[in-house]
Amino acid sequence: MQVFFSIAVDALAYGMVLFVISIGLSVTMGLMRVVNLAHGAFAMIGGYIASYAARDLGLAYGFAVILAVVGTIIIAIPLERFLYRRIYGAPELTQVLMTIGITFCVIGIANYVFGPTLKTIPLPAELQGPVNLGFRSIAAHKIFAIGCGIAVALGLWYLIERTSFGVKLRASVDNTAMAAALGVRTKIVYAASFALAVGLAAFGGVIGAELLPVEPYYALRYMVTFLVVVSVGGAGSIPGALIACLLLGAIDTTGRYLVPEYGEFFFYLAVIAIVWIFPRGLLGRAK
Amino acid sequence: MKKLILAAAAAVLISGAAYADVIKIGVVGPISGPFAIQGKNFKAGIDAYIATHGDKIGEDTIEILYRDVPQADPAQAKALAQELVVKEGVQYLAGFYFTPDAMAVTPLLQQANVPLVVMNAATSAIVTKSPYVVRTSFTTWQTSAPMAKIARERGIEKAITVVSDYGPGVDAENAFKSTFEKEGGSVVESIRMPLSTNDFSPVMQRVRNSGAQAVFAFLPSGPTTLGFVKAYNENGLKDAGIQFLAPGDLTQESDLPAIGDSAVGILTTFHYSLAHDSPENRAFVEAAQKAIGNPAELSFPSVGAYDGMHVIYKMIEATGGEQDAQKAVDAVKGLSWESPRGPVSIDPETRHITQNIYLREVAKRDDGTYYNKEIKTFEKQPDPGLAAAK
Repeated sequence: MQVFFSIAVDALAYGMVLFVISIGLSVTMGLMRVVNLAHGAFAMIGGYIASYAARDLGLAYGFAVILAVVGTIIIAIPLERFLYRRIYGAPELTQVLMTIGITFCVIGIANYVFGPTLKTIPLPAELQGPVNLGFRSIAAHKIFAIGCGIAVALGLWYLIERTSFGVKLRASVDNTAMAAALGVRTKIVYAASFALAVGLAAFGGVIGAELLPVEPYYALRYMVTFLVVVSVGGAGSIPGALIACLLLGAIDTTGRYLVPEYGEFFFYLAVIAIVWIFPRGLLGRAK
Repeated sequence: MKKLILAAAAAVLISGAAYADVIKIGVVGPISGPFAIQGKNFKAGIDAYIATHGDKIGEDTIEILYRDVPQADPAQAKALAQELVVKEGVQYLAGFYFTPDAMAVTPLLQQANVPLVVMNAATSAIVTKSPYVVRTSFTTWQTSAPMAKIARERGIEKAITVVSDYGPGVDAENAFKSTFEKEGGSVVESIRMPLSTNDFSPVMQRVRNSGAQAVFAFLPSGPTTLGFVKAYNENGLKDAGIQFLAPGDLTQESDLPAIGDSAVGILTTFHYSLAHDSPENRAFVEAAQKAIGNPAELSFPSVGAYDGMHVIYKMIEATGGEQDAQKAVDAVKGLSWESPRGPVSIDPETRHITQNIYLREVAKRDDGTYYNKEIKTFEKQPDPGLAAAK
């Protein structure tokens, strides 16, 4: 029983970190129909900004997080205006080629500016160290990450399903011409949701930095995991991404706990099985 | 007439070159990509050696040619080495961060008449693949085995090993396990983790439940070590008094600022610490820090490269700049000198470096930086890995 709780706590924490980072990608891929392989790069930029703000400028953790999200969005605005706007609705191959190109540029720039060493984001005292849960101890920042994951999930769900912006966004995606004819300023809606996705990436990059440390190759190293989460959950579905993260986190953690010598065998076995049974992902929307 | 002048000019140039040759050394390593920092360290070590010893040996001038293999890629390493030998005419091959890359190049050496000086790749078997291989770095066996003795000295009966599931990780596991059991301890469990593991909490829980008094760990230096060391602290293993033991790859100097306080008190065994206290090392660190630009990026591959250059210089002296791999390698067999890491020598049998292995503890300086403090020396350690393989 103790083993079960132990695994459950780890799985929940890992799954939530994955969720916070991957959900932005789910928004771009599912709602905006852009295969954005530069998602990891935006998460990394967020991590670098937070690290610079907290470590070199000595700002408080909360300010560093806000600065990271805002800063990454500011960097992404010209990219959206001049690059991404050209590939909305373009064939997937074009999108993949352009965004992977952006990723390599970002890796090169990060390597040049910040160097190849690891960068950490110093946590405030409250988030450092272990918290005793009775049957075991868990890192305080993991509990924080779980909380952030829940907040992001609820907030996004509300935004997309319950607000007028969400209605406009869904309308623009389903039929851009008709939405524009009805007076929705689709360019602004697209720009705003792109900014939202980038902001979420940056937020995830900062929150997840304890598990996935920031270094120049971050942008590519974890991209496969993010893509797996989105395709298993179903692109564009927030509950889908949440279930996928928790499920994959649980399988991965259980496998690593009980039979580590199998490596990621069970993780990918589960991915194959799910995508085989649900080709659009667990809660993917039909096109 | 014009042709005659040209021919005469060419003849003069050629004969001139015979007196003062340019001797080319081809260095293969990760210059770009995720391991770029290690390639930078190669370059820093080489530049530091040239800066302190000059680029001339007698009349001959040294020229270094770098080739980039960003990740372990035997086919590419072999192709680049071939290009260096055939097109550039290098007399020496050096560098090599990854074992598979070095292994792939060894079949070329005999025919090319070129010695290979391995500046990092740490699997024992490389030196057996060709009589022209000399290694100036370390092997995972060499740095891991003394740790088992330390563990026994400190009264640890039961240990658990946790390694990344790849060549050097398995080497480290075997080295620790065999030595530890020979010394009378018992390894209760051996965990091999996939290289791409990000979340180490489940592993730490297993370590905790295993009832071991110490955990011996090996992961490739870089991003994963940070997560591993943090998970060790956050899952309460440090507070539970489970001692963390590892070879020094885990606490390489360029990772220490990131790992920070969580690393303090970790025991590692390794061949080189930047904080080694000797005049040779102080001179080396100063020159290498200047060469690398950012002092925080300096780490252990630089000393392997520095000593590699020493070996190559001795080879060039012995052969007078002529291309003769056998003579060059014979000249450095048994060579001993004072390296920045301490006294070292090339074992005439294995052509691997015999050196001191130090027990170190991660400590904090008054100015807030971290370093590997040497607290015990195992003198003149050969590579136990080759003997174990027999």
